[in-house]
Amino acid sequence: MIEAKNIDFYYGDFHALKNISMAMEANTVTAFIGPSGCGKSTFLRLFNRMNDLIDGTRLTGECLVDGQNIYSKSIHVDELRKKIGMVFQKANPFPKSIFENVAYGLRVNNMGDKSFIRQRVEESLAAAALWDEVKDKLKKSAFELSGGQQQRLCIARALAVSPSILLMDEPASALDPISTSKIEELIHSLKKDYTIVIVTHNMQQAARVSDKTGFFMLGDLIEFSDTKKMFLSPEKEQTQNYITGRFG
Amino acid sequence: MTSSTDYTYKMKHLRRIIERIVESILTVSGAITSIAILLIVVFLFKEGFGLFSSPSVEKGYVLCVNADNTIEHLNPYQIKKIFDSEIENWKELGGADEAIALFRFEEIFNHYSDEELGEEYSLLPEKLGEVIAQNIGIIAFVPEKYAPKDINGVKILPIESITLSDFFGGKEWMPTSTPSPQLGVLPLILGTLLVSIFAIIIALPLGLGVAIYLSELADERTRKILKPAIELLAGIPSVVYGFFGLVVLVPIVQKTFDLAVGETALTGSIILAIMALPTIITVAEDAMRNTPRAMREASLALGATHWQTIYKVVVPYAASGISAAVVLGIGRAIGETMAVLMVTGNAAVMPHSLFEPVRTIPATIAAELGEAPSGGAHYQALFMLGCILFLITLIISITAEVISKRQPNKGL
Repeated sequence: MIEAKNIDFYYGDFHALKNISMAMEANTVTAFIGPSGCGKSTFLRLFNRMNDLIDGTRLTGECLVDGQNIYSKSIHVDELRKKIGMVFQKANPFPKSIFENVAYGLRVNNMGDKSFIRQRVEESLAAAALWDEVKDKLKKSAFELSGGQQQRLCIARALAVSPSILLMDEPASALDPISTSKIEELIHSLKKDYTIVIVTHNMQQAARVSDKTGFFMLGDLIEFSDTKKMFLSPEKEQTQNYITGRFG
Repeated sequence: MTSSTDYTYKMKHLRRIIERIVESILTVSGAITSIAILLIVVFLFKEGFGLFSSPSVEKGYVLCVNADNTIEHLNPYQIKKIFDSEIENWKELGGADEAIALFRFEEIFNHYSDEELGEEYSLLPEKLGEVIAQNIGIIAFVPEKYAPKDINGVKILPIESITLSDFFGGKEWMPTSTPSPQLGVLPLILGTLLVSIFAIIIALPLGLGVAIYLSELADERTRKILKPAIELLAGIPSVVYGFFGLVVLVPIVQKTFDLAVGETALTGSIILAIMALPTIITVAEDAMRNTPRAMREASLALGATHWQTIYKVVVPYAASGISAAVVLGIGRAIGETMAVLMVTGNAAVMPHSLFEPVRTIPATIAAELGEAPSGGAHYQALFMLGCILFLITLIISITAEVISKRQPNKGL
């Protein structure tokens, strides 16, 4: 359960997010769509505090995860990020072996012993629908995998630390159609265990994978509703224009 | 109208000619530079390798022994020991049990008057022969011009060249010793390695620490001030570092370790470490900053702390750049001359500890080339040292090149 209340976000003087409120329910897929620079990725990155890494940013409003404000002083950012996994736009495996990539999160968080790590790596790779393809070359460098496999490896890596929420920042934008459809299937199957928030450029993708969709433009959340409703009968004219391809 | 097109045409033509001239100037200067570099290397090696055809005894002199002496040849080290009276009996060299009697050329004038030696010393070789023939244990060091050739009872030891093992295996560097200069470079090579390696041991953790601080921890403003300041350090002339070392470091080392002299290998290492730091810091910092943002974010997003991200992702990713930094630092340390010359005490002896004076290869060349007679064995030996140094630094540069070209993702 994620909730954003009256979020305003600034990069220096630039007002990137304007008074945004929305709630995402557990075990659903929420998609953010909108033209480039609309703030959808910035909004996504608020939930695992990735924007903390950028100098000169400012946030007002509340970000609640399971009822707790994740920007309150009592929150340990590392613990928070363990709970909220993230998959990035471009596959970014570490320059390590396939096994070590998935084990990384477990190791840095001191989660379990050797046999637990082994088991967890296998489970995560299986959950990411990659196990069968890599089980014989776990010791090989992650860079030997194809782009789509690398992205699924990154998903497995995120799943390994057992998060409850998965943030995906355009996870398929750099992939070919076949790899993309694999990722989409994966999102479907992960839904039962995880709350997923996905940013995408691709409206068909949003329509295919998500339960709810939010449409962002120039830092405003224009419309947020059930995906079906959004694509069949949007309330706002701007949404209508965007999804019918008149701009963006 | 015609005159204007004519003018444009001429301008174009002129420009083309100028371009051609500039082009050829650049080509020629490139060629000249390459040839110059090649010539320097060829010259270095030609002079250096001349050493191995130089006689092991001072030029123009020979050693003579009694004809009954069974010794057939002596190496430079044995000759030196004999004339230093450290070997006093032929049996130590595998000869007969006979005390060694040293005979230097000047002593002939104690035995014979000028008249007896004849006009223009024409009888000198003969008289030398008499002296040598009378004493079975004698070894005489005489000018080739007056050598008692073809005289019964005298054996002139054959003139031998300096060998590779004399040079690379010799433990004594005494190029001005007579009759046989000692040109063993082992103490110099070991001195160089000792000072350089210890310098790297000091500089590496420090440099890496500062590089990590600069690239990962320091805020933008600190970095903008600190980095140029560190780069500036690389530009300070080495003699200034040497001066600083001599005035500040030497007394500190002497007091801290309660030594007789403060000019030690350790002092040299510290100065070299300070000098290598800017290189190590700059190169390593660049490598770490080149770690893609996506790598750091991936690590942080998995719940890794800032520090875990640094040592589990950033440092391994930058490993090849960091190794290149180390190798470049070593290169700087090995070739450094002036500062080391000023603070290491320059005793050309086999180094036993860090707290003794040592002498490095570059310091030796700088200190001695001025007084080595051109073309002599000493001079050639210094060139040979230059060759060794050249090869070491060449290997280091190639290593650095290879390492820094290696793709980071092939690391594991």
